[in-house]
Amino acid sequence: MPNRVPSSDPRDEIIEHLPAMRAFALSLTRNATRADDLVQDAIVKAWKGFDSFKPGTNLRAWLFTILRNTFYSERRKAKREVADVDGAFSSKLASKPDHDGRLALKDFHAAFEMLPDEQREALVLVGASGFSYEEAAEACGVAIGTIKSRVNRGRKRLIELLELVEDEALELTDSATMSVISQGANQVIAR
Amino acid sequence: MTLKTNKSKLEEQIEENLKRVYQERVIEPVPDKFLDLIRQLKEQATQDAK
Repeated sequence: MPNRVPSSDPRDEIIEHLPAMRAFALSLTRNATRADDLVQDAIVKAWKGFDSFKPGTNLRAWLFTILRNTFYSERRKAKREVADVDGAFSSKLASKPDHDGRLALKDFHAAFEMLPDEQREALVLVGASGFSYEEAAEACGVAIGTIKSRVNRGRKRLIELLELVEDEALELTDSATMSVISQGANQVIAR
Repeated sequence: MTLKTNKSKLEEQIEENLKRVYQERVIEPVPDKFLDLIRQLKEQATQDAK
């Protein structure tokens, strides 16, 4: 252990939010390595700029703001295509067993990655990490209405994309099977 | 009507899948490199303060 460090540093609280930061970073970058690089950059910025954090406000929202600002400014700088998914994450997810009546996680993940960045992040903030619309709006620096519409558009788009997958699966079956399937089609979720 | 039920069911599943994808990452142990980084930042700050 290195020499004693003050244990009551308010910045220690950042540690508690690291898992959430990594999850959010992954949804932005869609690449595990780049996600961790992004989190490291964000930690350094948060640490050094901690003075601008108002105690008593939402630390996670503040950290997420730094994270996404870092992501967008680095991406602007890099000016490269963002679709360089390394596949490691997707294949790991794909190996998980699917449960009955659930969307196949692999399909879901593929569809999710096709969404525009702003819809992905809105869905992750509100749908997965439990941010209120207000907190998500604050983290993204936009109006609440904007977040709501991004969540709605993202959700709609996902449904479209996933139904597309379902339609494609149906096209492959013969017409006799089709008529049987179509009766129960509403229960059938794309696999 | 059926379509409506189907839609909200889909929305539910979207939410559920989002959480699964996200949670999977959240429950993963944080790699040491992050804690090392924070330790470094702390040491730096202590040195700067002197």
